[in-house]
Amino acid sequence: MNFETTIGLEVHVELKTNSKIFSPSPVEFGDEPNSNTNVIDWGYPGVLPTTNKGVVHDGIMAGLALHAQIERHPHFDRKNYFYPDNPKAYQITQSETPIAHDGWVEIDVDGKKKKIGIAEMHIEEDAGKNSHASEYSYVDLNRQGTPLIEIVSKPDISSPDEAYAYLEQLRQVIQFTGVSDVKMEQGSMRVDVNISVRPVGQQEYGTKTELKNLNSFTYVKKGLAFEEARHQRVLMSGGKIAQETRRFDESTGQTILMRTKEGSDDYRYFPEPDLPVLNISQDWIDEIQSELPEAPAKRRERYVNELGITDYDAMVITQTKEMSDFFDKMIAAGADAKLAANYLQGDVNAYMNDNQVELQDTKITPEHLATMIKLISDGTISSKMAKKVFKAITNGEEPKKFVEDKGMVQLSDPAKLQPIVDEVVAANPQSVEDFHNGKDRVIGFLVGQIMKQTHGKANPQVINKMLKDSMSK
Amino acid sequence: MNYFDQSLSSIHKQLVNKEISAKNLTQQTLDNIKSVDNDINAFITVDDEGALKKAADVDAKGIDADNLLSGMPIAIKDNMVTKGLTTTAASKILENFKPIYDATAVDKLNKLGTITVGKTNMDEFAMGGSTENSAFKITHNPWDTTKVPGGSSGGSAAAVAAGEVIAALGSDTGGSIRQPASFNGVVGMKPTYGRVSRWGLIAFGSSLDQIGPITRNVSDNATIMNAIAGHDEHDLTSSTKEVPDFTSTLNKGVKGMKIGIPTEFMAQGLDDDIKQTVLDTAETFKKLGATVEEVSLPHTKYGVAAYYIISSSEASSNLQRFDGIRYGRRAKDVKDLEDLYVKSRSEGFGDEVKRRIMLGTFSLSAGFYDAYFKKAAQVRTLMINDFTNVFKDYDLILAPTAPTPAYGIGEDVSDPMTMYMNDVLTLPVNLAGLPGMSIPAGFSKGLPVGVQLIGRPYDELTVYQAGSAFEQETNFAKQTPKMGGNN
Amino acid sequence: MTEKISEDQVKHVAELAKLKIADDQLPYFTTQLDQIIGLFETLSEVDTDGVEPTSSVTDQINVMRDDIAEDWHQRQALLDNAPDTADGYIRVPTIIDESGDNE
Repeated sequence: MNFETTIGLEVHVELKTNSKIFSPSPVEFGDEPNSNTNVIDWGYPGVLPTTNKGVVHDGIMAGLALHAQIERHPHFDRKNYFYPDNPKAYQITQSETPIAHDGWVEIDVDGKKKKIGIAEMHIEEDAGKNSHASEYSYVDLNRQGTPLIEIVSKPDISSPDEAYAYLEQLRQVIQFTGVSDVKMEQGSMRVDVNISVRPVGQQEYGTKTELKNLNSFTYVKKGLAFEEARHQRVLMSGGKIAQETRRFDESTGQTILMRTKEGSDDYRYFPEPDLPVLNISQDWIDEIQSELPEAPAKRRERYVNELGITDYDAMVITQTKEMSDFFDKMIAAGADAKLAANYLQGDVNAYMNDNQVELQDTKITPEHLATMIKLISDGTISSKMAKKVFKAITNGEEPKKFVEDKGMVQLSDPAKLQPIVDEVVAANPQSVEDFHNGKDRVIGFLVGQIMKQTHGKANPQVINKMLKDSMSK
Repeated sequence: MNYFDQSLSSIHKQLVNKEISAKNLTQQTLDNIKSVDNDINAFITVDDEGALKKAADVDAKGIDADNLLSGMPIAIKDNMVTKGLTTTAASKILENFKPIYDATAVDKLNKLGTITVGKTNMDEFAMGGSTENSAFKITHNPWDTTKVPGGSSGGSAAAVAAGEVIAALGSDTGGSIRQPASFNGVVGMKPTYGRVSRWGLIAFGSSLDQIGPITRNVSDNATIMNAIAGHDEHDLTSSTKEVPDFTSTLNKGVKGMKIGIPTEFMAQGLDDDIKQTVLDTAETFKKLGATVEEVSLPHTKYGVAAYYIISSSEASSNLQRFDGIRYGRRAKDVKDLEDLYVKSRSEGFGDEVKRRIMLGTFSLSAGFYDAYFKKAAQVRTLMINDFTNVFKDYDLILAPTAPTPAYGIGEDVSDPMTMYMNDVLTLPVNLAGLPGMSIPAGFSKGLPVGVQLIGRPYDELTVYQAGSAFEQETNFAKQTPKMGGNN
Repeated sequence: MTEKISEDQVKHVAELAKLKIADDQLPYFTTQLDQIIGLFETLSEVDTDGVEPTSSVTDQINVMRDDIAEDWHQRQALLDNAPDTADGYIRVPTIIDESGDNE
C-alpha cells in the first residue's frame, strides 16, 4: 500500500517589542521571577488590556513578508481555559479575524521548488512559565503577555524534509523583518506539529497525531519521520491511529504517548469586549510595506545574478538579516564579492561561534573588513598577514592604520625587491641549476629565502614571478 | 451630621466658611454611620482610620473654595478597587482582598479631595437586583427596613437615602444604579457606555458595565459626573469625546423638548402606582413646555433574554480569574491543583454567581454559541436600532424604572426568573449603551417610586436638564425617610 | 415540557467552570437553569437574518497604545498579596498533567 503524508505546522514566534501585547510591562528575559509584571499581567480584579501598536505593526509586517492578505478589521477574541500560567484564565488571541491569511513561502527540497501555503497568522499573548518540583509547581508570570505571532500552515507539507525546509524558510523570512530573533534554542520560536497519513487516493485525511517537545528543526524532522513510519506501520497492519499527543524523545528518536485527545477542548471563544476593533488603513499597510527590508530570496537572486557569487555562498550570507546587511555594506565599501563572501563564511563565522556572539555585537565593521579585503586584493598585505589584521579588526582597530603601524605593508615594489632577488639568486647557484633542470620546486625554497630576508614582508606572488624572470635570463 | 436637607454646595459652604472642618465633618459622618447602619447595613467596610487621615490632610492643605468635592465624605460601592482598603465585591472569594491600586473613578475623586468613609454592600459581583445576594449581609431599605434597597448598588443607594453620606458611587450593568435609586428615592445616573473609565471596576458584563453617581439631587449628581467622566488610557473602551460641564444645563428647562414614552415599557406588568407615576411625570413635563408622546421600542420583550445571555457569558469569562492562586481566598486542605480550583471557587461563590457562570458557560459552549450568544448579540443590534429610530425624532425617553416599588426582603430571592424579569425596563439601556437616570417621582404606599430618563449616546446634558427641571418643579427629592423604624 | 438542559449538561458546564455542584443541589440548579434557558429560547422568534452581532457599544475604533515599556513597581505588592509564594514565584500544588496550551 502506498501512503501520502500530510503535515501541519503551528509556529509561534515571539516578537521583540519593548512592551507586552496587552500590558505596558517590559518584554525582557532572564530576570528574577515576576519582576516584569504588573496588575494586568497578574489578572487582577478590575484590570483591562491595552493593545500594543508595535505588535500590530509587526504582525502586519510579518504578514506582508509572507505574502499574506492583511485583515482590515481585525478584532481579538478570548480563549477560555484554566491553567496556573494563564492568570486571567483566558488568553486574548484572534480566532475569527487573524491579522493575516493566505500567505506562502517557497521551499526547495532536492532541487524541487514548492510553494507551501500559510492558512493564517494571528497575534496573541503568551502565558507565564510553570516549573515543577515534587510537591509544588512554581509560576513565573514574566513571560505572561509577551507578544506572539502564531503561523498556521496549510496542509501542503507532505514530508519531514519539506517540513524542515518550510521551517528554515519561515525562520529566515521572519528574521529578515527584524520582528523576532526566531531562535528555537532561546524559545523565541516554537513549533507544534501534527501529522496524518492516508492511503494514496483516499479523499479524507487520516487521523492526526500531535507532537510536542521538538526543540530544533532537526528534531522536528526526526520526530515526524518516526511518526510517519509509525502511522504507516499501524495502518499496514490493519490497525487504527488513535488521536494522541505524543512527546519526542531526543535520546531514542522515538515518540511516546503523552495523552490521548478525547474530543476537543471547549474554549468558548467570543469577541474580546475590552478592546476596540482595529481599522487597518491601506496607508498604514503601504507604509509598513515600504519599511520591509529586502527579502532573503530577492537578495540571494541579486547576489548570484549581479555579484556573481555561488548559490551556496548566497544561502550562507542570507542566514540572518544582519549578515546580509553587513555583506551589502562591504560591497558598498568596495570589497570584492567573492572574497567578502568567503571571509563571512569563514573567519567571521568562526569568530562568532568561538566567542558565542552575534555579528552585530562584535566590533567588526563592514568598512574595516572591506578595507582589509582590498589590502589583500591589491597586494598590500599577504594572506598570512591578513590573519593578524583580522584579529585587529575584531578588536575594532582600523586595518590600514594597523598595517602601517605594525609595518606589515607587503613589499611588492619590484624596484625594492629586485636587489634582494638578485642577492638570493646569486647566493644559490645550485638552485638555479636545479631550476634549469626542471626542478620547479626550488622556486619555493628561493621564495622562502627571500621571505626570510624580508621578514615575511615580500609579496610571494611578485617574487615568484621575479625569480622566474631572473633565472630564465 | 446626617445629610438630609443637605447638598454638596450646602456642605461645601460650611467647610469653606470653616463652620466645620473636614476632620469634624468626617468624624460626624462616621459616628452617624455607626448608629444608623445598625438598621440599614449599607456598609461592608467602614474605614475610620483612613478617612480621618485623609480629612486631616485636606484640612492641612486647606479646603478648595472652588471645588465642591474638597473635603467631602463619600461612599464607594465595594466592586471598585480602593488601594489598601478591603474590596470584596460582596463575595467570600475576596473577603480579605486589599487592592494595590485605585479605580480611575475613585482616583479622580480622591485627587479632588473626597474622603472615602467606606465600601458599600451590593449583590455579589453585582449579580442581583436586591443586594440580598451579598455574601456578608442584607441591606435594609431606609423607607421600610423590611424591604430590599434594590440592587446591585443597594448599599450605596441606601446609604445616601438614609443620610449616611451625601453621595456614593454605584455601578450599573442591567439597572444596578437606577433601580436601587428608584427604590430609595434618590437620583442615580448610569452614563453612556465609555463615559466613565472601567479601570478598577471589578468586571461583570464588560460591554455593559458603567460607574455612576448616586446622590440626593440632580445637581450633585452632575457635579460628581463631571469629576469622574473622561477618557482613560487604561480603558481603551472609554470615549475620547470631550466631557461637557454636566451642570451647565440644569436651569434650561424643557420647553420644546420632545419626550417619548415607550408603549412596550408601559405594558410590562407594572404596578398601577408605577404607571400612574410615569403619567403624572409626563403631565409635569408637558406643563413645563415639553411634548410627550408614545413611542415604540418593538424588541423590548426580548431584552431580558438577550441581556442575561450576554452578561452571563461575559461574566463567566471575567470570573474565571478567581481561583485563589494569585489573590483572594484560597481553599484549605486541597489534595491537588484541580481540587484547589474547584474548592476555592465552589466555596467562594454564592448560588446566584454560580448560576450566572453556568448560564454563561452554557451559552458560549460548543454547539450553543450560535443559538444563544451570537443570537443575543444580533438581537442587541436590533434593540440598538429601535432606540436610534426613536431618537431621530425625540430628545429624551421617559419610562418607569422598575415594575414595582421595593418588595419584601426574602420575597423574590428564591426565584431567579422573577428577579431577572424585574430588570426589563433598565437593561435595554445597557444593551444600547445609552445614558439613563432614575429620579424620585412619586410614592406607592409610602415607598419611593422613580422614573427613568434615557438620552441619546453622550447626551447626558439633556438627561440632566430634564431631570433638574422636573426636580425643581416638584419636591420628591426633598422627601426623607423616617429613620429608626418602619415608615 | 421539553428539557432545555439536563442534569448531565449542568454537571458538564459546572466542570468547564471549575465548579462543584453537590449531588443534592443538582436538581435545584437544573430546574432553575432549565427555566432560564427556556426564556433564552424565545430569541429564536426574532428574525436576525443579515443582522450583525454587537459585541461592544464603545465609540472607540482603532485605539492602540504606543510601544513604550513601563515599570509599575508592583512586584512586591503583588507577591505579598498572593496566598502562597516562594522565592518570588507563585506556588501551587504540583501540576501533573501537562495540559497547558502555550508551552
